[in-house]
Amino acid sequence: MDMVKRVITGAHYGLRDWLAQRITAVVMIVFTLLLAAIFMISPPHDEASWKAIFSNRWMRTASFLFLVSLFWHAWIGMRNILMDYVHATGIRLTLQILVILSLIFYTIWSAEILWALEMA
Amino acid sequence: MQRKRPKYLNLLEIKQPLPAVISILHRLSGALLFFPGIPLLLCGLDLILNSPQGYAQFQSFLANPLFKVALTLFLWFFLHHFCAGIRYLALDLHYGGKLEQARLTSKIVLAAGIILTLLIGAWIW
Repeated sequence: MDMVKRVITGAHYGLRDWLAQRITAVVMIVFTLLLAAIFMISPPHDEASWKAIFSNRWMRTASFLFLVSLFWHAWIGMRNILMDYVHATGIRLTLQILVILSLIFYTIWSAEILWALEMA
Repeated sequence: MQRKRPKYLNLLEIKQPLPAVISILHRLSGALLFFPGIPLLLCGLDLILNSPQGYAQFQSFLANPLFKVALTLFLWFFLHHFCAGIRYLALDLHYGGKLEQARLTSKIVLAAGIILTLLIGAWIW
């Protein structure tokens, strides 16, 4: 006999975020292995060789995809951590906003770093 | 028999099983990779790729033992997070969920993170 029929609805972002965390993880694994392979085949030894790796158009796109995956992945992870340990709503919300703002800033910064190469 | 409920476990006193250690290290390394990991990574990339004397500056940083220790530590955070993450992906796909397997893969993850860090660390040093 259910005295209390409790319907737990929530905001429904759980499954979507769970999936996003895993998809971004796979993207990052693939890129990491690619970068490791490049570094093993021809380790960059000077400034020119570092620039050569990242000025390749595909490599630049892949790097940006990696970084955006990293930022998205970090948001889900940090949100989970903050939800677990910071119980005061005001402080948690403030920290979550700081995390989001910093990640937006990092995204713009990443694009600048990678595409500034083209201008130079 | 009257039992005292709820029962609170002192997490600092009980001995954590290895999968729990792997899990908390995964979370801790994740938080540290977010901060200061991400801004440091972007600073480094910006320095190497875009500033005129940046690469020389980066090399002088690399010559500093303190910097090398920090870099090796962050390398471990990354590699542990990476290896433990692959384990969780496998668990999501229902591989390695049995207790014995979970214990074994925890050992492998911890060892792989440390060994890879030492290998790449040796290359840096």
